[in-house]
Amino acid sequence: MCGIVGLYLKNKKYNKDLGKFLTGMMNNMSTRGPDSAGFAIYSTERKKKYKYSICYNKNNIKEIKKNLSKEIKDAKIKIISDHFVLETSLKPVKVISIIKSYNNLNLVGYGSSIEIFKQVGNPRDVVNNFSLKNFSGTHAIGHTRMATESAITTDGSHPYSTGEDECLVHNGSLSNHNNLRRTLKKKGIEIKSQNDTEVAAGYISNGLSNKKSLKETLIDGLKDLDGFYTFISGTKNGLAIVRDEIACKPAVVAETKDYVAIASEFQAMAHLPNVNKAKIFEPEPGLVYSWGK
Amino acid sequence: MIKLNLKKDSLRKVNELLQNLDQKSNDRSFKIINPDGNHAICAGLKDEMDVTIEGHVGYYCAGMNMKADVTVNGNVGTGVAENMMSGSVHVKGNASQSAGATAHGGTLIVDGDTSSRCGISMKGIDIIVKGSVGHMSAFMAQSGNLVICGDAGDALGDSIYEAKIFIKGEPKSLGADCEKKNMNKKDQDLLKSLLKKASIDENQLTHFKMYGSARKLYNFNIDNVSEY
Repeated sequence: MCGIVGLYLKNKKYNKDLGKFLTGMMNNMSTRGPDSAGFAIYSTERKKKYKYSICYNKNNIKEIKKNLSKEIKDAKIKIISDHFVLETSLKPVKVISIIKSYNNLNLVGYGSSIEIFKQVGNPRDVVNNFSLKNFSGTHAIGHTRMATESAITTDGSHPYSTGEDECLVHNGSLSNHNNLRRTLKKKGIEIKSQNDTEVAAGYISNGLSNKKSLKETLIDGLKDLDGFYTFISGTKNGLAIVRDEIACKPAVVAETKDYVAIASEFQAMAHLPNVNKAKIFEPEPGLVYSWGK
Repeated sequence: MIKLNLKKDSLRKVNELLQNLDQKSNDRSFKIINPDGNHAICAGLKDEMDVTIEGHVGYYCAGMNMKADVTVNGNVGTGVAENMMSGSVHVKGNASQSAGATAHGGTLIVDGDTSSRCGISMKGIDIIVKGSVGHMSAFMAQSGNLVICGDAGDALGDSIYEAKIFIKGEPKSLGADCEKKNMNKKDQDLLKSLLKKASIDENQLTHFKMYGSARKLYNFNIDNVSEY
């Protein structure tokens, strides 16, 4: 089943409330996906600084922090639950290879704007563990997972990020992901798990690296990705949603002058300010909708 | 008028109250506030009563309805009035997919649009949509009437049996075994009565076209026509 949510703020006055709003959206979608949860928060990018969201599981974070600080001189480390966010001005190629040299660390995502957190457990607990309500930012994506085709692990949790400042959440299942995984790997896209959604995320990364826009890439995806899906995808510039042509997987959008909220069900957004005055619609099958700069 | 607040009372409590109405009670008018997209509001009602829901509702609103008249001042999610037997459901906003699915009787009126599969496998319900309907509407529709004042998405009336579709706009495409029919006096009278139910100007009548089954896909036997 799975629940997916997205929130794009048009009015800056709500930036400080982004985490609070998303907490409510994720909590209300916990019935659709009680196995694991995750979210991506985009905030204003800081020039020449990159943030790396890393899961350290249950390893000794003090030691990891000490060692990383030796290798990355300007490293700033913020620990939240079993994740930490490493901020540095060092080039991504270098930092990623350093992170990979630690076999007890998983890089969840990186970029100049994005921070990603995901964990196994009921979404209500997961958002609490990460103190989601305290986050501020410009837009965000969340996912509550009912596991179907791959294991209940952090690796199997959404959002998936396979490129700088990119992420994807998915409600549905893909049927041609094994074939696509092979094709994308040949093109140099790194896919870590056996999960179908990560392949779709890789497909988007490949499109974006070929200088296509998110919207164009998702339109191409309607031809290449076979299966059931409602996708919400984010970049540092904004959000997009697309449903497959059969459109079995639900989605509803509420747009006001202040924000655009997307969710699997209306009840996820019932707590948002003035939602009863919003323009509410269901995205049409096979059409890509996007919001952003 | 009895006011029920879903912010204070649980959904189960509200539904139980409406489902087990005291037969001698004269208080048969209810208003539900703060529905907040909850599912299955007013499902399984079986007595005559008026219920108005103020706001947007989730899935299966007024499902399996018998005799009750339910009005929603908002949008509804998947499967509004699914398997309705009698009574009426009036949605003032839009409806999601599978509106009126498998319903045996009663009337469903949607003032806005519905998304895909409106009236899927309908078995006798009258559905009147003042806006447009999505793809695969009236899929395998067996009996009853679907009136569409706007347009329809792809594959309208796919594998349709003996339900009738009246449409003012255009279907994007027709499904297998669905074809345009000539309207006779009886059909026109039927459409007139359906438009009246939804307070639509009956002068609009002439703008509608009728679609139904070509009867090539299923084993139709004229001797059984009275069964439909």
